[in-house]
Amino acid sequence: MTGQDRSLALQAQVLAAYSQGNALTIQGGNSKTWYGNHLNSIQGETLFLAEHSGILNYEPSELVITARAGTRLSDIEASLTAEKQCLAFEPPHFAATATLGGTIACNFSGSARPYLGAARDFVLGCKLLNGKGEILQFGGQVMKNVAGYDVSRLMAGALGTLGVLLEISLRVLPKPETELTLVKALTAKELLQQANAYARLPLPLTACAYVNGQAYLRLSGSAGSVKQAATLIGGEALLEPESFWLSLREQQLRFFQTEQALWRLSVPADTGVLALEGETIYDWGGALCWLVSDLDPSIIREAVSQVGGHASLFRPSTRQTQTTTNSFQPLSPELLRYHRKLKQAFDPKGILNPNRLYNGL
Amino acid sequence: MSSLSFQPDRNLLIRALQAIRPQPLILTKPEELKPYECDGLSAYRKLPLIVVLPDTIEQVQSILKICHAQKVPVVARGAGTGLSGGALPHEQGILLSLAKFTKILDINPERRTATVQPGVRNLAITQAVDHLGLYYAPDPSSQIACTIGGNVAENSGGVHCLKYGLTVHNILQIKLVTIEGELLTIGSHSLDSPGYDFLALMTGSEGMLGIIVEVTVKLLPKPERVQVLLAAFDDVIKAGAAVGAIISAGIIPAGLEMMDGPAIQAAEAFAHAGYPTEAAAILLCELDGTNAEVSEQLMRVHDILVSSDATEVRTAKDAQEAAIFWKGRKSAFPAVGRLSPDYYCMDGTIPRKHLPQVLQSINEFSKEFGLAVANVFHAGDGNLHPLILFDANQPGELERAEAFGGKILELCVTVGGTITGEHGVGMEKINQMCAQFNSLELSQFHAVKAAFDPEGLLNPGKAIPTLQRCAEFGAMHVHQGQLPHAELERF
Repeated sequence: MTGQDRSLALQAQVLAAYSQGNALTIQGGNSKTWYGNHLNSIQGETLFLAEHSGILNYEPSELVITARAGTRLSDIEASLTAEKQCLAFEPPHFAATATLGGTIACNFSGSARPYLGAARDFVLGCKLLNGKGEILQFGGQVMKNVAGYDVSRLMAGALGTLGVLLEISLRVLPKPETELTLVKALTAKELLQQANAYARLPLPLTACAYVNGQAYLRLSGSAGSVKQAATLIGGEALLEPESFWLSLREQQLRFFQTEQALWRLSVPADTGVLALEGETIYDWGGALCWLVSDLDPSIIREAVSQVGGHASLFRPSTRQTQTTTNSFQPLSPELLRYHRKLKQAFDPKGILNPNRLYNGL
Repeated sequence: MSSLSFQPDRNLLIRALQAIRPQPLILTKPEELKPYECDGLSAYRKLPLIVVLPDTIEQVQSILKICHAQKVPVVARGAGTGLSGGALPHEQGILLSLAKFTKILDINPERRTATVQPGVRNLAITQAVDHLGLYYAPDPSSQIACTIGGNVAENSGGVHCLKYGLTVHNILQIKLVTIEGELLTIGSHSLDSPGYDFLALMTGSEGMLGIIVEVTVKLLPKPERVQVLLAAFDDVIKAGAAVGAIISAGIIPAGLEMMDGPAIQAAEAFAHAGYPTEAAAILLCELDGTNAEVSEQLMRVHDILVSSDATEVRTAKDAQEAAIFWKGRKSAFPAVGRLSPDYYCMDGTIPRKHLPQVLQSINEFSKEFGLAVANVFHAGDGNLHPLILFDANQPGELERAEAFGGKILELCVTVGGTITGEHGVGMEKINQMCAQFNSLELSQFHAVKAAFDPEGLLNPGKAIPTLQRCAEFGAMHVHQGQLPHAELERF
């Protein structure tokens, strides 16, 4: 396997930044630089992870892959595909250069998420550099492991603010034998109701989305069970299902080509259609709503918070030259206090991606 | 790092607790404290200063504020079924029982969630949603008695976690009271939440970071069909290879269990499950899913087992026969308990490919220490439960058994595994943590602890060893087969 171990050089750079108290911006494949807060961000030096790459261990019968954080997601997926396995959380890439480390740091998951789990659910262990430049290892390569606090899963979604991921072990799953996507002409309300009803039944449902007035339901599993479920659900078989799900996951649909702000609304499964002005796509059987809207952020956040969800400004409007909105839903004061304490525990001088997730983290 | 020694004023503490309105149940007499002296790991026993049994979140907040102000250790307890001494009382502290929190607060069929108080039993959740065709997936062997609060604190697994995950994969939200008495809502009813994944951090934190006072779990649809196969092998290595072959074929069984010869013979003598007692190993493979999927997988698994040189493959004719297949496996612990006055149950996990090497080493250790061992194994996910047989009344045997167990766990770490797959560290494996983590990693754990509990009042001395401590080894000690909660299944 190509790739190289750059951990000592990376450690030296973190140690130097720590001693000087200088900020570091962690960069993998530069595919998601737009994500997260840039308001008040202190850039400092860049810590480049892309060369710290290579698959270290992959044994299909163990259902585990371990790779350096800079390994391209596409390399990992190619290795898995060759063994008829996959990352069941279907991470989006957003660019060919996307890395494993960036994917886990963002905790991005695709359409299968409600049925098979999120990126964080597949993390088994990691090696990281904390903000003091210490190389630490948590978790492992086994599924059942309850020794110590679950630090490796904590790294998922932390946007590098608690540590620089160096190596990650993920659980992998067999690729389903058969897949079938059904298209039905339904209203959004009807689809969201049906999605919850189907999820209560033992069906091999692995994706459910509502795009441009059409409902898309994906079934994955053995040929017999997919066929049986398709009879129950009805609708037309989609001819090129993979390209449809890819264009949704990678945000290549026309819907996403917009100057307006793109919001990601994560809501309880039974929320139904949200009464917010703007264009919408539903994924995750209704638990995820993409909203293109110029509404005031506080209106969106209030509406989503009312139903028990949260709203992230996924991509700011391109019309505005400077963003004035925090990317993520504000935390309660108590929770924010413990976020700050935890940040202190990993990165006492606050040098790792400062303010990228929240101000003061 | 905070000290593990505390000097609270007992009378002052009792007066403060008695002033809480409405007053929680407070137990102070020695005979009232006695039932709380240990959890499922009965080798360790201590009496707490006081036991408090609140029944509202406000009371829990008040209790923690008092303990925080008076610097009193707090040990939380659910049903007390844990196997690692996580709920062992602290002699200078209060034992906070969540046993009165037994209400199921909400069942939401649309969302497929149940919101429950922490003292609700694991199985009670599944029973409460059975009529909806739903269930709660994690099923630790003590599920009839263990509580959901304890399950979250220990990140409990069960025989079905290969396919359905651990507790951390099956919860959405918890409410937690900090040592300062603040109530935090962690997670949400959505599939993700803003900020750090505190839900993952709290799950399996063994009562070290806060007190869980409410849990929202995910519910799954009950599978349409469940089927069980039993395969016998004349060689443990072949059985291990068969496990790898099933998974390599793209099949994730709901459960995949292995027993070696001594465990088979003990289980058969005890449970009369019809196991082939001459076999060197048996595999139990449970498949679930839709009718069509189970039918297809059943044929494929049967073929894989035959081509993996199984000497015999049986498919359960019906649910009754499936239950008999399982009965032997589920009675392995008490069955082994009849063979020997005492046994130690270990709980290491290894990457499955190292099974032959690890089993061979365990056999060598067995000769070296002069103690017999029976192996039961959650084979699908690499979680080993070697049961070391010994007699505590024979001088030196306890120490030999402890040393033997310690070597097994060290070996698990050496081959890339872990010292505990599902029982937790608690008091029992506190020393083995030193084999798995170096001093920098342990210091990071202590820093995480200090972020939530700087004075170290929550469950002092458990889960994460102090740096000074890394020396000895310990393990689950069962005397005369007398498990606390002997009525519970243990597998």
